[in-house]
Amino acid sequence: MKEMKVDPIKDGTVIDHIASGHALQVTEVLNINRFQIVMIGLNLSSNKYGRKDIVKIENKELSESELNTIALISPSATYSIIKNFEVVRKSKVTMPQTIEGLIVCPNPHCVTTVERVPTRFAIETDDPVTVRCEYCEKSYGISEVRIRIHP
Amino acid sequence: MQNLISIRDLEKADIVHYLETATRIESGEIVPDMGDQLAALLFFEPSTRTRFSFETAMKRMGGRTLFMDGTTSTSAKKGESFADTLMTISMYSDIIVIRSAVEGSARYAAETVDIPVINAGDGANQHPTQALLDLYSVRKTQGGLENLTIGLIGDLKFGRTVHSLVQALASFSPRFYFVSPPHLRMPEDICTDLTAHGGQYTEVTDPESIIGELDLMYVTRIQRERFADPEDYERVKDSYVIDSSMLKGVKTNFKVFHPLPRVNEISTDVDGTEYAYYFQQAKNGVVMREAIISILLGDAS
Repeated sequence: MKEMKVDPIKDGTVIDHIASGHALQVTEVLNINRFQIVMIGLNLSSNKYGRKDIVKIENKELSESELNTIALISPSATYSIIKNFEVVRKSKVTMPQTIEGLIVCPNPHCVTTVERVPTRFAIETDDPVTVRCEYCEKSYGISEVRIRIHP
Repeated sequence: MQNLISIRDLEKADIVHYLETATRIESGEIVPDMGDQLAALLFFEPSTRTRFSFETAMKRMGGRTLFMDGTTSTSAKKGESFADTLMTISMYSDIIVIRSAVEGSARYAAETVDIPVINAGDGANQHPTQALLDLYSVRKTQGGLENLTIGLIGDLKFGRTVHSLVQALASFSPRFYFVSPPHLRMPEDICTDLTAHGGQYTEVTDPESIIGELDLMYVTRIQRERFADPEDYERVKDSYVIDSSMLKGVKTNFKVFHPLPRVNEISTDVDGTEYAYYFQQAKNGVVMREAIISILLGDAS
């Protein structure tokens, strides 16, 4: 059995069990800025999922609501908050009820498209994930919408 | 702040409250007084009926209206943002009625201003005042809303009135027949919502096969521009025209509804029959809108 391929961190946030191939999208959605130390592991072996991705962010404790947005990309993800090399909190991401500002409404006639109003989507079903725009009221499968990447 | 933005926001009890209030206004039991109130009608999309019925409703209650024809108005052309236009108008008026092709614009307006907002139609999305007046008309003609068999015929894909009507009736155990050309079928999410609320539906292509079972038939216009191929339009257009010969053998309580304007989808020979209800339905729009305005402005008691 090989040792951990990614170094442990002293303080920060570890996001584990990300569906394989989705780690980069997770870092983009979380708006992790380039001055933070971020370690990304892709396609690591996992007993439960076969393959998984992992993201470690040094010196940054992400909020629960930020972390829960990961559920949109990978509902299987878990996170741990690390302080002085100890896990002080560990949880599975939970699907939020609404998502603000993150999803782009695909409807060209929606007010969020026409007037550049920040979007707000309600989560209608968890598995598969479907979302409904709270403005134009159209619902979409999660694969039909684009997640807005922060500049 | 109370608003009327979408039928999806209303509980069954809210719907009943709107309908009861309209009934009490029509009977003279409630006489709302809007003597010191001003409604701003912002119409960014052309409309005759909806605009006139809101104006009539407000004026019958002694109130006044401001009309802004957004399609030709100056502020948007000068580059003013939608939010700024709304904020300014809200400084002059007590309630805003908004019609726009932009879907979700009424909800955005309601979130922007501090006065009540009524959605008078937002693109292909919602038209809740039409849905409430339709329900009011259903209740007047059928004596109630529960367990009705209703045929919806025409363009069920793009017609916001039929979408709002299905959503509004969903909690009253309806049985729907959806009658449309194959590519203008009722959208899947509306069907899913309906069954989730306990309603049932069957899709058919021939209205004559089901007309004898119906309590009412709601007819909408099939627009030529919805067809990519003009030949397809020519092939189907006459299958969805209702004429008086089709009405033999209908139930005694049967009525024909239409949100108007009609082109040729209901033959004028139906107008004189006891089954035609569309002009009365338009008339009901005034009392329903009186009820909506007075509830939102807190003068419905």
